[in-house]
Amino acid sequence: MSTEAAVIEKVEKKAEPLFSKKNKKLISNPLDIDNPITVQVLGVCSALAVTTQMLPALYMAASLTFVTTFSNLFISLLRNTIPSRIRIIVQLAVVSLWVIIVDQMLKAYAYDISKILSVFVGLIITNCIVMGRLEAFAMGNKPWPSVLDGLGNGLGYGMILMIIAFFREIFGSGSIFGFKIFEAIGVHYQGNGLMLLPAGACIILGIIIWVQRSLNGYREAH
Amino acid sequence: MENLISIGVRSIFVDNMIFAYFLGMCSYLAVSKKVSTAFGLGVAVVFVLGVTIPINWLIQNYVLVPGALAWLGPDFAKLDLTFLQFIVFISVIAAMVQLTEMAIEKFSPALYGTLGIFLPLIAVNCSILGGALFMVGRPYTFTEATVFGFGSGIGWLLAIVALAGVREKMKYSNVPAPLRGLGITFILVGLMSLGFLSFLGFSL
Repeated sequence: MSTEAAVIEKVEKKAEPLFSKKNKKLISNPLDIDNPITVQVLGVCSALAVTTQMLPALYMAASLTFVTTFSNLFISLLRNTIPSRIRIIVQLAVVSLWVIIVDQMLKAYAYDISKILSVFVGLIITNCIVMGRLEAFAMGNKPWPSVLDGLGNGLGYGMILMIIAFFREIFGSGSIFGFKIFEAIGVHYQGNGLMLLPAGACIILGIIIWVQRSLNGYREAH
Repeated sequence: MENLISIGVRSIFVDNMIFAYFLGMCSYLAVSKKVSTAFGLGVAVVFVLGVTIPINWLIQNYVLVPGALAWLGPDFAKLDLTFLQFIVFISVIAAMVQLTEMAIEKFSPALYGTLGIFLPLIAVNCSILGGALFMVGRPYTFTEATVFGFGSGIGWLLAIVALAGVREKMKYSNVPAPLRGLGITFILVGLMSLGFLSFLGFSL
């Protein structure tokens, strides 16, 4: 899991000047011990569905990070004025606003990718990570920590997404970001069709969770 | 009629919300520890999908598509509101979920207690909005959309009850500690999804 360490390092360096230790944790925790996918079990649908290739997965991760960060900011700014009885619909409205922006941007500037992602861009609205963070964090915290929390969870999601996509693409079609790596070094590789099927994604994610929990010692109470 | 049966069977088995598209995974994984709770949530999903998809179909075809507003007068004939799709669909879904929640609280407080936080979460269950978006992408008529909605819901119910059944038995098996819980569940879902692949190419 060297990619994991690299991501954490980079994020913390960028964060340093403005952030207290506690704020830094908001970004680094979701990458490891509080990961939205492998620990909180949120936002799994899209993690499994868009990861047959790395490029769409990257766009998806970027879109989701954008949406969580800005929705967290907005809900946090509005948190004292939202009546608690209708808070879910207010949250959904704010999230849909950002998703519509992302969707229109993708359609305008990256049409092919938006075709591949199909309904899954729209489904960011119902991505549990976004709603979960709004409900659990942004409703009770100031705007700045909320932004960091959104960013951290988006990155944690993106990290797992890229790891799954990496394994699925390299085993499934023998390429990385569409670059045929096995052909380039002159080896014939017969793609493993299982990896391209939904089932392959589930099994890979199961194994990633296994590896991660063996490393960080996290255990589920049964 | 045959067409309707075919859509129903396809949406339950072939295009199963869980095993083919992975929609609604969050609550699927979290509420599948006991068969009884899983069944309760599954029924709620069937109901919400079966009601929201026809409603969203009406909204899509009489309000949102280009030219759909022609009934308001010639000025509106050229209006294209499809970019509002997400926000309109999700509002309908949230309202319906609120209604379901009230109904369950009134008629079955025990079920309400067990479902707990997952009832409001049906609003953000991807399978509901996903179902609506799939419906838009396919040329369904109103009846077909209704059948599709119920079919998808039943497929989801089937999947969650099946997984809950396996997980109940899983308690007695000796799984490696780091794999216990979530890890093994994912691998299980993968294997079940492989099983459901055998329905591919199944036509009526």
